[in-house]
Amino acid sequence: MKSIVTFAEQRDGKLRRPSLEAVSEARRVADAMGGAQVEAVVIGAGSGALAAELGHYGADVVHVFDAAELAHYATEVWARALGQVIGEVKPAAVLIPFTAMGKDLAPRVAAATGAGLVSDCSALAVKDGKLEARRAVYSGKAFATVRWSGEPQMATLRANVFSLATPDSSRATKTVARTVDAASRAKVTAVNAAAGGKLELTEAQTIVSGGRGMKGPEHFHLVEDLAAAFGAAVGASRAIVDAGWVDHHIQVGQTGKTVSPNLYIACGISGAIQHLAGMSSSRIIVAINKDGDAPIFKVANYGILGDAFEVMPKLTEAAKAYFAAKG
Amino acid sequence: MKIIVCVKQVPDTETRIRINPEGNGIVDQDVNWVVSPYDEFAIEEALRIKEAKGGEVVLVSLGPDRAQTALRNGLAMGADSAVHLKDAAFDAADTMGVAKALAAAIKGIGGADLVLTGQQGVGGDHSQVPGLLAGLLDLPQVTMAIKIELGEGKATVTREIEGASEVWETALPAVISAQKGLNEPRYASLKGIMAAKKKAIDVKDAAALGLAAADLAPLTTVASLELPPARPAVRMIDGDPETQARELLRLLHEEAKVI
Ligand SMILES: Cc1cc2nc3c(=O)[nH]c(=O)nc-3n(C[C@H](O)[C@H](O)[C@H](O)COP(=O)(O)OP(=O)(O)OC[C@H]3O[C@@H](n4cnc5c(N)ncnc54)[C@H](O)[C@@H]3O)c2cc1C
Repeated sequence: MKSIVTFAEQRDGKLRRPSLEAVSEARRVADAMGGAQVEAVVIGAGSGALAAELGHYGADVVHVFDAAELAHYATEVWARALGQVIGEVKPAAVLIPFTAMGKDLAPRVAAATGAGLVSDCSALAVKDGKLEARRAVYSGKAFATVRWSGEPQMATLRANVFSLATPDSSRATKTVARTVDAASRAKVTAVNAAAGGKLELTEAQTIVSGGRGMKGPEHFHLVEDLAAAFGAAVGASRAIVDAGWVDHHIQVGQTGKTVSPNLYIACGISGAIQHLAGMSSSRIIVAINKDGDAPIFKVANYGILGDAFEVMPKLTEAAKAYFAAKG
Repeated sequence: MKIIVCVKQVPDTETRIRINPEGNGIVDQDVNWVVSPYDEFAIEEALRIKEAKGGEVVLVSLGPDRAQTALRNGLAMGADSAVHLKDAAFDAADTMGVAKALAAAIKGIGGADLVLTGQQGVGGDHSQVPGLLAGLLDLPQVTMAIKIELGEGKATVTREIEGASEVWETALPAVISAQKGLNEPRYASLKGIMAAKKKAIDVKDAAALGLAAADLAPLTTVASLELPPARPAVRMIDGDPETQARELLRLLHEEAKVI
């Protein structure tokens, strides 16, 4: 029987949303291939507890590598584990989330298994039983349709683009307990959470970003206040990262994060091509800018031409009232 | 300390892209080619390590004739020598083919204590070569590094992940890929540019790397390249700031259905 292997990333005993998106997509691909089996792989100390949830999202079989020495991600070990399953199952396709971990892991597995790998896919289709992927190239200035010449067809999936399946808690899953040699030449020795445990940009459904139009770091709280009102993550243009107002890990764009939220609100950001490269696949884009010719308005769905310093506080107030009324 | 840096020449992100008549790639002409920005971080880091510890920095780039400009840029920054992998057979190679050629070149020059790359090549943005290379060379890897500290036969590397950073300890030799934040790349000095003209670039083709056509057969191919679907025209919201704010929320709720 044909199968699709999917890698389910977990951290601290929780499945990350992009993993659930990947399992959901694996289910859709398997069904489109005429009933292939979805085989999820989850690795890490305590990961056995996550098998049932993967089943709810569409996995038929869950391969579990659950051992105390697998407390921290290690490329070589994870690649060995995933390679073990791929070697036995011989899947038609392997789907991996394009997260920091997936980005690190997938090429290593491709090198070991000889699989063709297509990165950062934003859509998958099944044509004549084979996969076809769509991905952004050249800063989103073009889209490529890519095909594989053999199997397994390995793809990494952009976060927040593939929809989550409705979990079905009545779905039964077969669990296969597995072991792997945990020796690794590169090891994680510490994990330092980013200040304040802020919402992760690449997984956020709403993002409010600020740029040089905010005039100075002392005004950046306007962006944070607006984000808080929307329950959104905070982003930034490179101009203000380079100016040292905010940390690089919130930069959106070519040399920052690629994000695809439902809603992206750009405040005082001109919309340079390198910024657009990181956010133009957002579903709805709102631009607040005092320059009617700013390129950001070319990709925005809704535009407010005006002074961010006047508009943002009003929008924050109105959003607070809206979400309070909504409850 | 011998450090090999893999360098890719890519279209400047400002460049307008034209799709070729075959509809599966871009027209090369009129493109402004630059060193991929992430590779500049990798070159800079290699030079800093060399300045602190001594050693040599060797650049490797795969590409057509124009790739030599990218190598000259790196040599002008201060790298010692360069290897240019050039062969018509590389034209159709995918990421795996490129990684195989780079791996063969690295082995051909006797390996290194450290292999540095950018974390992705701007344009294609696959983010694959570092991991493929490490896998093919059977070396440990740490990707998306924002800090590298070298010790005796090992390196401590800080790597960015979602909402946190990880500190890794890796044995050397290893492949490490550079993320923005690692350093600020220097500009080449006039003296550096002059000196670069005298530095050697060793050109190697597929045969010299011991690669046959079968090794380079692509596992993935771009079937077509299209311009992105046009986004609908922006809807401007008029009125005073308070009216604009309320109207935006109404549209986000009723029309866009995102809140
Ligand atoms: C290789 C390379 C990689 C890059 N990578 C990235 C990247 O990853 N991300 C990124 O963002 N950029 C990146 N850039 C930089 C990019 O080209 C732009 O310089 C940057 O995005 C500009 O940031 P900005 O929009 O905040 O600033 P500006 O371009 O200066 O725009 C500020 C905007 O604010 C508006 N404004 C000013 N005052 C107000 C006000 N009171 N109210 C409302 N609006 C106001 C102005 O009209 C203007 O549109 C990269 C560049 C290069 C060369």
